[in-house]
Amino acid sequence: MHFTDREWWTLIHGMGFGALFLLAFAGGLAGLYSLRPAWITPAGLRERMRRLKVGVVTMAVAAWGTVITGTWVVYPWYRDPAADSPRSVLLADEATEDWHEFGMEWKEHVAWLSPILATVAAFIVVYYGTNLIRHERVRRTAIALYVLSFAFAIAAGAFGAFITKVAPVI
Amino acid sequence: MTTPDDLAHQEQHHHEAIEFPDKPEGPIAAAILAGGIGCLALGLFTTLAEASSSFSDWLSWDNDVGPLSGKTALAVIVWLVSWAVLHVVYRAKPFETRRALTIALVLVALGVLGTFPTFFQIFAPD
Repeated sequence: MHFTDREWWTLIHGMGFGALFLLAFAGGLAGLYSLRPAWITPAGLRERMRRLKVGVVTMAVAAWGTVITGTWVVYPWYRDPAADSPRSVLLADEATEDWHEFGMEWKEHVAWLSPILATVAAFIVVYYGTNLIRHERVRRTAIALYVLSFAFAIAAGAFGAFITKVAPVI
Repeated sequence: MTTPDDLAHQEQHHHEAIEFPDKPEGPIAAAILAGGIGCLALGLFTTLAEASSSFSDWLSWDNDVGPLSGKTALAVIVWLVSWAVLHVVYRAKPFETRRALTIALVLVALGVLGTFPTFFQIFAPD
């Protein structure tokens, strides 16, 4: 019972960074949502802000880790010209070619929007800090960018999971 | 029993006890706009690479990764450079984040369109 190097890297890309991304998103979103004047005490604020900053920065780092390992480590194996590479396998059959022509073609690009927007959201939280409590508009802006980043990651991740089921990198 | 007046008083007391360092919104607006520009850049490079094989070849900064290496690296460079420039321009200005978000969302939507295969494959040479 063992994994090949390629399988390890796909695990790191999808389940390692991916799981970290999901956890950080949940924590960060809860933190941002609850950053309201009526729900905060000065004593709890310091701990809450620290957790929020860790959450949003972790999500941004996980998003960068996911796209960098995906593009620079896993993707070359996917697009290898050999007949048994996932790309070649998908394109060889009319019934599966759309997994590449649409699924992979969109996933490989749209995934990169996620870390950019996650970094912007993380910057807002780290830079503005406690001011987010007073300025509802800025807090909502951060939430919007944060959720948008997550949505792009989910779209890319879902296609990644489906494609791996149809033609895995081995 | 705690009355609504007590709660309001408590909330005001909490507010007074929390420090709110005075920070302009300009840097936030700059980051948001730059994020939109980065997304638009990726969509633009993706569509241009599909339309022009010479541009696509030029974007193959790494042979194993292919044009995706240039598209993504160039988009990140555009994003970071535009962020630095906008940060310098807006760092002390009270630029409204709502306006920045509206502009950025339009840029992100155009970026998504540019990365959407059904759209960019229209520009593929026959």
